[in-house]
Amino acid sequence: MKSRHKRIAIIVAGIALLAIAATLLLQSFQSNLVFFFSPTEVAEGKSPQQGNFRIGGLVEAGSVQRNGTQVKFTVTDTVKTMDVVYTGILPDLFKEGKGVVAQGKQGPDGLFVADQVLAKHDENYMPPEAADALEKAQQYKQNAAAEGEVK
Amino acid sequence: MMPDIGHYALILALVVAVMQGVLPLAGLSKNNEKLFAFATPMARIQSLLVILSFLILDYAFYANDFSVYYVATTSNSNLPLMFRLAAIWGGHEGSMLFWVAILAVWTLAVTFFAKDLPLRFRSSLLAVMGLISVGFIMFILFTSNPFERIFPAPFDGRDLNPLLQDPGMVFHPPLLYMGYVGFSVAFAFAIAALLDGRLDVTWARWTRPWTTAAWVFLTLGIALGSRWAYYELGWGGWWFWDAVENASFMPWLIGTALIHSLAVTEKRNAFKAWTVLLSICAFSLSLLGTFLVRSGVLTSVHAFATDPSRGLFILLFLVVVIGGALILFALRAPSVGLGEKFDLVSRESLLLTNNVVLFTATGSVLLGTLYPLLIDALNMGKISVGPPYFDTVFVAIMVPGIFLMGVGPIANWKKASVPDLASKLKWALAISVVSALLVPNIMGRLSPMIFVGLLMAFWVMSSVFTSIKMRLNSIPSGSLKQKFKTFGRAYNGMLLAHFGLAVFIIGVTMVKGYEREHDITMQSGETKVINGYDFKFDGILPIRGPNYIAKQGQFHVSKEGKPVALLTPEKRLYPVQGAVMTEASISINPVRDIYISLGEELEEGGWSIRVYFKPFVQWIWLGCVLMGLGGILTMTDKRYRLKNSA
Repeated sequence: MKSRHKRIAIIVAGIALLAIAATLLLQSFQSNLVFFFSPTEVAEGKSPQQGNFRIGGLVEAGSVQRNGTQVKFTVTDTVKTMDVVYTGILPDLFKEGKGVVAQGKQGPDGLFVADQVLAKHDENYMPPEAADALEKAQQYKQNAAAEGEVK
Repeated sequence: MMPDIGHYALILALVVAVMQGVLPLAGLSKNNEKLFAFATPMARIQSLLVILSFLILDYAFYANDFSVYYVATTSNSNLPLMFRLAAIWGGHEGSMLFWVAILAVWTLAVTFFAKDLPLRFRSSLLAVMGLISVGFIMFILFTSNPFERIFPAPFDGRDLNPLLQDPGMVFHPPLLYMGYVGFSVAFAFAIAALLDGRLDVTWARWTRPWTTAAWVFLTLGIALGSRWAYYELGWGGWWFWDAVENASFMPWLIGTALIHSLAVTEKRNAFKAWTVLLSICAFSLSLLGTFLVRSGVLTSVHAFATDPSRGLFILLFLVVVIGGALILFALRAPSVGLGEKFDLVSRESLLLTNNVVLFTATGSVLLGTLYPLLIDALNMGKISVGPPYFDTVFVAIMVPGIFLMGVGPIANWKKASVPDLASKLKWALAISVVSALLVPNIMGRLSPMIFVGLLMAFWVMSSVFTSIKMRLNSIPSGSLKQKFKTFGRAYNGMLLAHFGLAVFIIGVTMVKGYEREHDITMQSGETKVINGYDFKFDGILPIRGPNYIAKQGQFHVSKEGKPVALLTPEKRLYPVQGAVMTEASISINPVRDIYISLGEELEEGGWSIRVYFKPFVQWIWLGCVLMGLGGILTMTDKRYRLKNSA
């Protein structure tokens, strides 16, 4: 009987431990999820006011300004644009007119302060998020056009 | 002509693989011993055909045969020979063929080195491997044929991705694949045992060296990949919790659990069903990893939409292999039995905890890797899981595991006592606490994470020495040398691998705790002091490589007037793909790396430059190499070479 009690106690303790571990794990998971938004969605106020998120699209031609290691550029999804500032060295494939994904926070002045600009490896390959942003913008334009026709 | 022969060889291999898979299993179900005789010869013929097919494709790379579409997309006539031969695993189709070729190598090894197994068991083992081969060859032939031709043949190829043009490309994928695919042997052992209803100490003894071998390859493969990323990506990181990395890390974690669980099965005839389940999991994760990395699903889950046959086949294959194995497990596991009983405080229960820890860690990595894919596939938006999630969760899970790792090798099998363990380990604990406080004192900064990291590392190290001391004391007579001779390679291997992990933890903790990153701009001729070192920028030299042109920076690094190194980071342009690549330059020494990479040429003149100081970073890979060596020692233990009269 005694050993049975002992076993039950161990099982209960084990389950309790696992439950605590799972809770902590999911909490950490939740707080580290980074969501992606296109510049249009950001303009519509869908992005979080505080905390990190990702944006993506094309680097607008002629928008890149360098000042030492600080770089300012504009990301566009062809409908809306967003100004981004990043301090540090950009990945090799960062170019005007090419796809880009940046992660960071948006300041109250609307300027997106990136702490990460993602490197992608293939010249022909568009980061999936950037491609997604352009696709969404395309749909947005079509919807807007359709609404205009109705009016 | 040649590529067609390669294609035919692969078709023929499929036919033979079907026979290799079906005939012995038919023999098993009909109790017809004659059919077992097919297993070995069919396995050998199948393997040789697959390897022939692989060599023919690689010959097409050697001969620059751009009439083969796959060669035309991944190679170029200007590519150095070494990279041309390695370019075969630079794309999807070729790496799938490479996968089966590695399976063929393992199959051949089984037919030659597992001769002592009973015929019945060996036949079902080879049959399972044959069936895996059938699945992969069908996948290649029906959805990803690397021998497909293109007419007219292009004048030259589109070149290998410049990022892959590195010696790392020659060695990293083969090692990694040997690891991935090596778990198929452990898987086949498990399935054969379930089919046969036989699972005992001898089974564990046969399985162990094969599993350890796969684990060693995977360990070294991952370590090499990490080191390659460190110097090639130009970011100075050694692990990014990238989905591709996680895909290889998950089978490693489960494989580590498996080799420990197998030890218990062999020594104590316990954990039997669990060991079988882990074997199934390890290979399932290897398959998942292969497909995650090689199917394009990571680039976009919607890649499947453009080629639904590939995605459908992959899903079906995963379902059949994993589902089938698990159903078989559910049906047969009760007959296998759980094994011997053990006390709450014993080496068995410590190893069980180790397994639970590793299993949970795998689960947390799996969650972080697959969740974004799932959300994307359901069109619920795009998310990514930040590295801090993996860092926090992984450390939190592993710390108790590593603490117990110091206790496990000291504890007795079956029944140990806590006061006894405490008295044996009190000095180890004291020494590790003092050292973990002392080292940050020298380095100049202490933080809780640094303390915990160093404490764990020194704890494992001092536990290794305690184990050695206890073992020596337990032998009553003889000189020290004679005493050491009684240790046995398996035991030494275990100690070495544990020590390696401690070395690894030191590397990780020191880099995380004390690395320095500086983004600066420099003019030619300028000297800047960074972290106590003088960096003199002597301008840029133009360089011409075999298939690229480069700008090479000249940096003279010195400390207190004494020259330390000449660092020459490059900015390369590969004209065929129009790709720019940053090549970092690193001064390596046991206690610190100085890492420098070129940013961009600035409009106002000069360059932006990134400089890293990475203390003890080489220990990370040194630790992995020690773990690998430990595994090799264990594999070559005498008892695995004995003929088993089973």
